[in-house]
Amino acid sequence: MLILECPFCGIMADETELAPGGEAHVRRVGPEGSDEAFEAYLFMRRNPCGVHFELWRHAHGCGRWFIAARNTLTLEVYGTYPAQTDRPPAAIVRAIRRRVPGWEWQP
Amino acid sequence: MGPAEEGRQKAGGNVANFRSSAASSLGKRGAALHVSSVIVILSGAARVSRPPCRSVVEAMKRYSALAIAREAARYHRGWERAWASPEPKGDYEIVIVGAGGHGLATAYYLGRNFGITDVAVLEKGWLGGGNTGRNTTIIRSNYLQDPSAAIYEKARALYETMSRDLNFNVMFSPRGVMMLAQTEHERRGYLRTVHANALQGVKTEFITPERVKELVPIIRIEGPRYPVLGALWQPRGGTARHDAVAWGYARACSAMGMHIIQNCEVTGIVSEGGRVSGVETVRGRIGCRKLAIVVAGHSGRLAEMAGFRLPIESVALQALVSEPVRPVLDVVVMANTVHGYISQSDKGELVIGGGTDGFNNYTQRGSFHHVEETVRALVETFPIISRLRMMRQWGGIVDMTGDRSPIISKTPLEGCFINCGWGTGGFKAIPGSGWAMAELVARGTPGPLAAPFGLERFREGRFIDESVAAGVAH
Ligand SMILES: Cc1cc2nc3c(=O)[nH]c(=O)nc-3n(C[C@H](O)[C@H](O)[C@H](O)COP(=O)(O)OP(=O)(O)OC[C@H]3O[C@@H](n4cnc5c(N)ncnc54)[C@H](O)[C@@H]3O)c2cc1C
Ligand SMILES: [Zn+2]
Repeated sequence: MLILECPFCGIMADETELAPGGEAHVRRVGPEGSDEAFEAYLFMRRNPCGVHFELWRHAHGCGRWFIAARNTLTLEVYGTYPAQTDRPPAAIVRAIRRRVPGWEWQP
Repeated sequence: MGPAEEGRQKAGGNVANFRSSAASSLGKRGAALHVSSVIVILSGAARVSRPPCRSVVEAMKRYSALAIAREAARYHRGWERAWASPEPKGDYEIVIVGAGGHGLATAYYLGRNFGITDVAVLEKGWLGGGNTGRNTTIIRSNYLQDPSAAIYEKARALYETMSRDLNFNVMFSPRGVMMLAQTEHERRGYLRTVHANALQGVKTEFITPERVKELVPIIRIEGPRYPVLGALWQPRGGTARHDAVAWGYARACSAMGMHIIQNCEVTGIVSEGGRVSGVETVRGRIGCRKLAIVVAGHSGRLAEMAGFRLPIESVALQALVSEPVRPVLDVVVMANTVHGYISQSDKGELVIGGGTDGFNNYTQRGSFHHVEETVRALVETFPIISRLRMMRQWGGIVDMTGDRSPIISKTPLEGCFINCGWGTGGFKAIPGSGWAMAELVARGTPGPLAAPFGLERFREGRFIDESVAAGVAH
């Protein structure tokens, strides 16, 4: 079972306490966006085998959204941070690089 | 010894791998398998079977009742390997990545329907070791949308004759599939599906709770939490032996001269001027004129190598089996509201499948609480299973699309085609999918079965929405 720390209330929450929200850091496309950009925003996913950023809601707790930095191949969790963050914080990037040397954030 | 059993023991390449493949899969072996295999072979031999392709039959030694008698007389020393394990050539006309059911069926129909045999199927592990060897083997075609009904019914119909076509006993058992309606919403949904199926020519009916109880005496229809309000019943749905489907296709492909190369992971895709020209593998570069990617949960990785993204997410789906018991259930029962489905294998084990995890995962391990939820709900509907011990549990990485329908499509890279997105329910589709994919790869344009399943449907907003109709979808 996945256990994630809610960055708001500090609770180590079991997966059953949380609701998954899919890939994080997906940028919304405005009305002027092309069909391709809109399709990419709605459907196309990185679906990485490795480092992954994912939205979760502390549904049976404080109710707030946060982002988990995880590894989909090893199931390691690198850390969590509030959903109102548009790129992984430096501490998370360091935690990832310690385990995956040379890893680069690609927006 | 039946052909499936023999395939397991004589199968090409890596016997140790086969053991672990079998161990991770449903394990429907044992005495029951031997007996039923022999019976089917005998009845098959009595019919005049029309071989699928002359060259196939000439190249492979046919399995038959006579062959069993002959081999029995010489202590079974004469059985040959079911398929060859050749060294890869430098290039092929068509390379298929992934020797699961869909990849192997694609190869088979390329040979059988289009006469193309300069084909290699590259597999990173052992053939059938992915989801094809991990699923709960439910076969049905009672989908809501017309394009789905067409391809799943094509597949179901091909399952009816598969053992004869491949001369390999895949143990297709059209025992009937029942999808329980346990909420008012579900009941209305299934009534709608029954009407849609009538128009599509797929034989289904909506049956009453009393009829459900008649067909499944161990069921509790009165609830309390999940009363049975009726069921969508497809009498010609059922199950087949998953490994045998992969082995049967592999044997037929090998007999046509195709190369099935195991332990050959594809690590890169080579292109020249926007056109695919080959693949990098752990066993060196292999050239090809056309490439078919058929790797289920790993589709995203292969797409990345080819330079495009897919509307796919990879998640874990789990199943488990109980200890074997006497026959208690002779149909397949699916309870989508509670994410559980159950059937009894020939060996007597109850085969139980659960729901998918809500997060991306490549580990073939799912979350335990899903298993717990599934079992808890099934115990309420089938009280007699509460005392059974569960013996094995496993997961597979399934490839989920936004509309829960598959992708059979050209890709942005010319000469490269993809077949994926079967998600939680692609075992039933294997022959139909292979048929449609072979046509797409051979001709370069999709035929009527594949056309609606192109990648462009997401941009066009032309979904084939099975997410509501299918629920957990198997
Ligand atoms: C627990 C569970 C229960 C299920 N129950 C049912 C059911 O009851 N009914 C039903 O219809 N469906 C069911 N399914 C779904 C079904 O199993 C799949 O849709 C189907 O088997 C997919 O077949 P495939 O050939 O596309 O993929 P797979 O069988 O997964 O084959 C893909 C192959 O590609 C190989 N591969 C991956 N990457 C590479 C690479 N880089 N190089 C070379 N090879 C590579 C893999 O090793 C694998 O062997 C279930 C699935 C699971 C996990
Ligand atoms: Zn919280």
